[in-house]
Amino acid sequence: MTRCIVIAVMLVLAGAAVSQPAPWQDIELRARGQTVNFNAWGGDEKTNAFIQWAGDEVAARHGVKINHVKLRDTAEAVTRVVAEKAAGRNAGGSVDLVWINGPNFLALKQQGLLYGPFAEGLPNYAKVDTTNMRSNVVDFTIPVDGMESPWRRAQIVFVIDGKRVADPPRSVAELLSWAKRHPGRLAHPSVRNFLGVTFLKQALHELAGGASVLQQPATDDNFAKVTAPLWAWYDELRPMLWRKGRQFPDNGPAQRQLMNDGEIDIMVSFNPAEAAVSVNAGLLPPTVRTVVFSRGTIGNTSFVAIPYNAANKEGAMVVANFLLHPATQARAQDYRQTGNFTVLDLAKLSPAERKLFDDLPKSPALPTNAELGASLLEPHASWMTRIAAEWEKRYTN
Amino acid sequence: MGEAVHQLTHLRAAPLVTVAVFLLPVVAGLAGTLLPAFGYLPAIGGLELSLAPWRDLVATPGFATSLAITLLTGIVTPMVAAAIAFCFCAWAHGRPWMRRASAAVTPILATPHSAVAIGLAFVVAPSGWIVRLLSPWATGFDVPPEVATVGDPRGVALIVALLVKEVPYLVLMIVGALAQVRVDAHMAIARSLGYSRASAWMKAIAPQVYRQVRLPIFAVVAFSLSVVDVALVVGPSNPPTLAVLAMRGFTDADVARYFPASAAAVLLFLLVMAVIAAWVTCERVARVLGRRWIAAGARNGASGPVAAAGSLAFAALALLAASSILSMALWSVASQWRFPDALPSAWDVAQWSRRMSALAAPFWTTLATGVVSTLVALVLVVACLENEARMRRRAGTGVLWLLYVPLLVPQIAFLFGAQVLLVRAGLDGTLAAVVWAHLVFVLPYLFLSLCDPWRALDPRYARSAASLGASPLRVLVAVKIPLLSRPLLVACAVAFAVSVAQYLPTVFAGNGLVATLTTEAVTLASGADRRVVGAYATLQALLPMAGFAVAVAWGRGTR
Amino acid sequence: MTPLVLEGVRITLAGHALVDALSLTVAPGQCVTLMGPSGCGKSTLLAYIAGTLDAAFAASGSVRIGERDLVQVPPEQRRLGILFQDDLLFPHMSVGGNLAFALASHVRSREARAARVDAALAEAGLAGFAARDPATLSGGQRARVALMRTLLSEPAALLLDEPFNKLDAALRGEFRSFVYAHAAERGLPMLLVTHDADDAPPRGRVIALGTG
Repeated sequence: MTRCIVIAVMLVLAGAAVSQPAPWQDIELRARGQTVNFNAWGGDEKTNAFIQWAGDEVAARHGVKINHVKLRDTAEAVTRVVAEKAAGRNAGGSVDLVWINGPNFLALKQQGLLYGPFAEGLPNYAKVDTTNMRSNVVDFTIPVDGMESPWRRAQIVFVIDGKRVADPPRSVAELLSWAKRHPGRLAHPSVRNFLGVTFLKQALHELAGGASVLQQPATDDNFAKVTAPLWAWYDELRPMLWRKGRQFPDNGPAQRQLMNDGEIDIMVSFNPAEAAVSVNAGLLPPTVRTVVFSRGTIGNTSFVAIPYNAANKEGAMVVANFLLHPATQARAQDYRQTGNFTVLDLAKLSPAERKLFDDLPKSPALPTNAELGASLLEPHASWMTRIAAEWEKRYTN
Repeated sequence: MGEAVHQLTHLRAAPLVTVAVFLLPVVAGLAGTLLPAFGYLPAIGGLELSLAPWRDLVATPGFATSLAITLLTGIVTPMVAAAIAFCFCAWAHGRPWMRRASAAVTPILATPHSAVAIGLAFVVAPSGWIVRLLSPWATGFDVPPEVATVGDPRGVALIVALLVKEVPYLVLMIVGALAQVRVDAHMAIARSLGYSRASAWMKAIAPQVYRQVRLPIFAVVAFSLSVVDVALVVGPSNPPTLAVLAMRGFTDADVARYFPASAAAVLLFLLVMAVIAAWVTCERVARVLGRRWIAAGARNGASGPVAAAGSLAFAALALLAASSILSMALWSVASQWRFPDALPSAWDVAQWSRRMSALAAPFWTTLATGVVSTLVALVLVVACLENEARMRRRAGTGVLWLLYVPLLVPQIAFLFGAQVLLVRAGLDGTLAAVVWAHLVFVLPYLFLSLCDPWRALDPRYARSAASLGASPLRVLVAVKIPLLSRPLLVACAVAFAVSVAQYLPTVFAGNGLVATLTTEAVTLASGADRRVVGAYATLQALLPMAGFAVAVAWGRGTR
Repeated sequence: MTPLVLEGVRITLAGHALVDALSLTVAPGQCVTLMGPSGCGKSTLLAYIAGTLDAAFAASGSVRIGERDLVQVPPEQRRLGILFQDDLLFPHMSVGGNLAFALASHVRSREARAARVDAALAEAGLAGFAARDPATLSGGQRARVALMRTLLSEPAALLLDEPFNKLDAALRGEFRSFVYAHAAERGLPMLLVTHDADDAPPRGRVIALGTG
C-alpha cells in the first residue's frame, strides 16, 4: 500500500516537473513564421555572412527568418529599447535579439529592459562550459542569471607582421620598448570602441600587479592610485603610437585595414583566430602571426539577449538556441568562416560532435589552445567606464 | 465651368500641402530638439528646464577643440569653394571646351557625398592610391609615410572631401545664374574697355551673378558646418566636429547623453545662423571694397593669374573626385591590392555575384525610397507651379527662402526631435517615415530645378491649346508636360540623386531598421573590407548616374 | 589720331558668305555708315573687328588702326570702343562707378580719377549724377552715360551697333549730334551700323551691305 502511494506521489511529482516550464516544442511552434530583428554590429563582413547563413539555416529548419539589423555600435540598440520604453511601447518592440555583453548588458539588465531568464531553458545550453569558462556565467563581474545566452568567446591577442617584427613583445612593458624602437608602427582602436578600452584594461591588469582589486567596483578613492601606473606607461607610449597618438582607428577592422595597408606592424585583437581568418579572406598578408602575452590576456564571452518588449521572443529564443548548436559553434570556429572560438565544453559533447571540432583546418597564424593559455577575467564594468572617461579627459586633443 | 472651379480649388491647396510636407518636420523637429537642450524630455525623466545640458556639453573632453575645428572647416570650406567656383567660371568663360567640361562634371554632382568621401579616403591616405602610384619608384617608400591625411586632427581632409562636391555644385549654380544676366554683351563691353577675359568677368559679371548664388552659398555654409556622414568617413575623431559629437550623444547607450547632444545640435543651429550673419556683414564690406577695386580701373591686375590658379584647383578637385569613384569601382572587382601596387594584383569580378544577395536589399530600398519620394515631390511641385500659373501670381523671394529652410537648418538639429515624434506616432522604422524624411530635402531641390524652365515656357502654347477647347488638365498633360519633358526628367534625376545621398534622415526616421546603400556604406567605411565597401560605393554612384543618363538620353531622343 | 582700315574682310557661316571682300578706310573724325537689312552681317562685321566673333563663323581679312594690325590682338588690347543698342550700363555699379571702370588705367590716384569722372558727367550735362543707380536714370540719360563711358577709355576708334534704335524720335536726333560732336572733337574714326538712313551723319560715306 505505502509502496503504491510512494510510486503514485513520485509519478505525480515527475509529471509536475515535466509540465512546469513552457515546453521547448511549444516555443518552436510559436516561433514558426516569425522574423527576428537581430541587432548585431555590422562592421565585419564575415560575421555578417555568418548571420546570413544562420538565417538561412533557421528558416529551413524552424521557419524563422532573421533580419540582421546592422549597427555601427551596440549602444544604438540599447538606445532604441530605452527610447521605446520612454515612448511607452511595451510590446511589439523593434529589437528582438541583440548581440551584447558588458556595460550594454549591465545597462539593460539594471533598467529591467530584458526578457528572461531564458538561457538555461535552451536545450543546447546544457553543453556550454560553465566551469572553466567563467566568463560564460559572469559577464564583467555581473552574474548573467540566464538573462543572456552565450554565443562566442573572445580573448585578447596581438597580431604581428611576422616579416617585420622579429622580436614580438610578450608583455605590455615589452610592447612599450618595442614601440620606442619602431615609432608609429603600433596602433590601438579608439577607447570609444570596446577593443580599445580592453587594450587599456589588459595593460592595467599587468601594471596594477594584482587582479583582485579590479574585480571590485572602482571607487573615487582607489581609482587614481590603481590606475597611476597605467597612465605613466601610456604617457610614454602615446608619442610612439601611430599618428603620434593623436588619431585612432575607429574599431578592430579599421585597425586591421591599417595593417593590411602596411601602416602598422602590430595590432590588438579580441579574436584568437583573427589572423588566420583575415589571411584566408585576403584582409591581411600571409606573413602575420598571433602572439599571446606570457602571463595571460583578458577574455570574455559575447552573448545574445532578448529585450523585454521584443515582438518575436520565441523566434529569438530559437535563434539563440541554434547559435549554441555544436555544428553551428564548430562552423563558427572554422577560421575560414568567422574563426570564433567556442563557448561549449568539448567534454560535454558526443564523440560525433567533438569530431566536428577535431576536423577543423589548421593554420600557422592560428594559435593552439595551449598557446592561448588561461584567460584573465574581465574587470568590473565600472573600471572600463572610468578608464574610458579618464582617457578622454587626458588625451582628447 | 464647375469642373474648372473644382480643379482650381484643389490646386490652391497644393502650395499649402507642399509647405506642410517639408516645413512641418523641420519646425516640429527643431522644437523637439530645443526642449531637451534645456533639460525637458519627460520620456527619459527630464522634467525641469535647466542649463545643465549646456554645462555638460562644455565639460565634454575636447569640446573647445571640437568647436574650433567645426568653425574652421565650416568657414574655410564655403569661402574656398566660392572662390574656386568663381575663379573657374571667370577663367573658363567663353572657351570652347566649357560646355564639355560642365557635362563631364555631372557624374560628380550625381554621386552622393559619402561615396566620394569613401573613395577619397582611399585615394589620399598615406597608403592610398596617390602614394601607391608614386611608390616606390618616385618616393622610395616601401612602407607608407608617417603623414596624417584622412582623419587628420585639423580637418583638412574633411575640407577637401567637401570641396570636391561643393565646388561643382556652386559652378552649376553660377552657370544657371548666368542665364539671367546679359553676359555676352557685358563681356564685350568690358573687354572693349581694355579688361582681360578673367578681369572683365570678375568685375562686370561676377557681382551680378553673386546675388543669385547667395542662397546656394549659404546652403554650403550650413552643410559644411553640420555634415555628419562625410565627417564620419574622413573627418577628425579625437575629438570630432560638433555635428559628430552630437550624433555620438544621440546614439549613446546612456540616455542622459541626449541632453548635451541636443544642446550641441542647438548650438550648431546657432552657429550656422551666426556664420551666415557674419557672411552677410562681410558682403557689405566686400561691396565697399569691391566698388573701389572696380573703380580703380587696373587692367592687368591679379585677376588673370588668380583665376588660372582657381581653375587649376578645380581641375585637381575634379581629378580627385574621378579617381575616388574609380578607385571604389576597382576595389569592387579586385581580389588583392597591397601597398605599393599601383593597380590590384589579382582580380575577381565574380565577387559581385557573391555579394548580390547582401547588396540586393539595400539596393531595392534605396531605389524604392528614391523613386517614391521623387514621384510624390514631382506631383506636389507640378501642382504648385500649375497653381501659380493659373493664379497668374508668381511666388516671391520669400518663397525661395522658405524652400531653402531644410537646406539651411542643420539636419542633426531637427532630426532627433522628428524621430521622437515618429516613435510617439508609431511610425518610426517604416519605409513611409523614411520617404517622408527624404521628401523634406528632395522637394526643395526638385522645385529649384524645375521652376525656371517651367516658368520660362512660352504661355502662348497653353493659350492656343485652351482656345482650341482643351481643359486646363488636358493642357497640362498633353501640352505642357511633353514640352517640358527634358527639364522634368533632369529635375527628377536631381531629386533622385538627393534621395540616394541621404544618411541622417534614413538613420533617424528609419530607427536603424531601414538600410539603404548609403547607410550601409558609411557603416562599413570604418574599416570593413574595401572590396565590400567598394561594391556599395560603386552602386551608390551608379544609381543616380543612371537617373541622369535616362534624362539625357530622353533629351537627345526627342530632339 | 589714325585711321581705321579694313582690307579684304570676308566672313562666312556654314559656307554662306555674309561679308565678302570688304575694304574700306575710315579717316580720323570721319564716320562711315554701313547700311543693310537685318541678318546681312552688319553686327557680325563689328564683332569681327572688335575681336568677339563667335567661333561658329569663319573670317579672314586685315583690320588695322594706322599701322597696327589688330587681327592677332586679343579684344582687350584693341582699344576699340563699342556702343550697342542697349546702354548696358553695369547694374551693380553706380553711374560714377561705370565711368570709373572705363577710365584708362594710367590715371592713378582716386582723386584724379574722380575728377575725370565728374568732368565727363559735366560734359554730358549730368553733373552730380556720380552716385546715382543707373536704373534711376531715363533712357536718354543712360545713353549719354554709355557714350561717356566708352570715350573715357580713350579708344582709338568707335564702333556703333545701331545705338540709336531704342531711343524715341525726340531723343534720337539729340543723342546723334551728341555722339558725332564728341567723336569728331577727339578725332576718332567711327564705323556706324544701322538700318535707318536718318542715322547717317550728313557728310559721311554710306556703304550698303547685304543682298546685291
